[in-house]
Amino acid sequence: MKSRLLYLLPLGLFLVLALYFAVGLTKDPKIIPSALIDKPAPEFTLPPVAGGKTPGFATADLKKGRVSVVNVFASWCVPCRAEHPEINKLAKMGIVPVYGLNYKDTPQAARAWLDKLGDNYTATGADESGRVGIDWGVYGVPETFIVDGTGRIRFKHVGPIVGDKLEKEILPLIRSIQETGK
Amino acid sequence: MIRAVVLAALLLAVLPLSPAHAVNPDEMLADPALEHRARVISRDLRCLVCQNQSIDDSDAGLAKDLRVLVRERLKAGDSNEQVIDYVVARYGDFVLLKPPVKGSTLVLWIGPAVVALFGILALTLFYRRRRAASPVAAKPLSPEERARLNKLLEGDAP
Repeated sequence: MKSRLLYLLPLGLFLVLALYFAVGLTKDPKIIPSALIDKPAPEFTLPPVAGGKTPGFATADLKKGRVSVVNVFASWCVPCRAEHPEINKLAKMGIVPVYGLNYKDTPQAARAWLDKLGDNYTATGADESGRVGIDWGVYGVPETFIVDGTGRIRFKHVGPIVGDKLEKEILPLIRSIQETGK
Repeated sequence: MIRAVVLAALLLAVLPLSPAHAVNPDEMLADPALEHRARVISRDLRCLVCQNQSIDDSDAGLAKDLRVLVRERLKAGDSNEQVIDYVVARYGDFVLLKPPVKGSTLVLWIGPAVVALFGILALTLFYRRRRAASPVAAKPLSPEERARLNKLLEGDAP
């Protein structure tokens, strides 16, 4: 009896491994967990997009006691175009300030893009060299960060916020961070 | 004609020897020692856009920015470890092509050795048991068995 169970061991091991790999296949390898979660936002000061409507922003703006959203975008980024209506929607709700981080873009292109698709950012910082982006661990635009009132990064979303992601994922997170304070 | 073919074959044979790196001449540092260190560091840093290439190999914009950053840190007097820590602080351990040995990666590093050890142990046990089992079969016959066998061989069994 005992030895018969032993013969089933390889089958059992195989099933465990198969389950493990099956779960692995459902995950997107392009999404890399951020090293900055629960860490303070990097120190930076970004100038506004030259000739744009809104001012630039800096680390101090993220430490004013309110939860804020930082959206990394660029005019050359196609998925950014797809998600921008959702970002506008979030900004118009008025529940959080939404900062735009214009990543490796030219002022002319960024201005034209914002004029066409709508500019509802509280402020937009121009990161032409991409150096501030590196400090934020940006590797693929669009990326969206939720920062708590003390300036700590609490969440990062890689890729466009489209479909029901704003309602199902982003808004509940913003609300829960707002409720738990800080 | 033959000479041209031979020449072409030689060229084709030598071509793969020249490494296809993405480093542009304008990124390189004037100091060869520093540049060499930059190349060594870059080879171990993953390009997060193309994931299975190092930033030394990748043509992606981010890879170029990181190459320039590595060289800037080196010029500022950072050690190799400091430069790597700087990048890891922003992008996490995933940016290292070779995962570091620590608590959460222990299974990754010693897992294969443990599995191999188990295999060797199982095989040793199996063969030892088999060897232990064979002398039992070679036990001499008891007098009763011998008598019965003789009887059978004599052919007066039914």
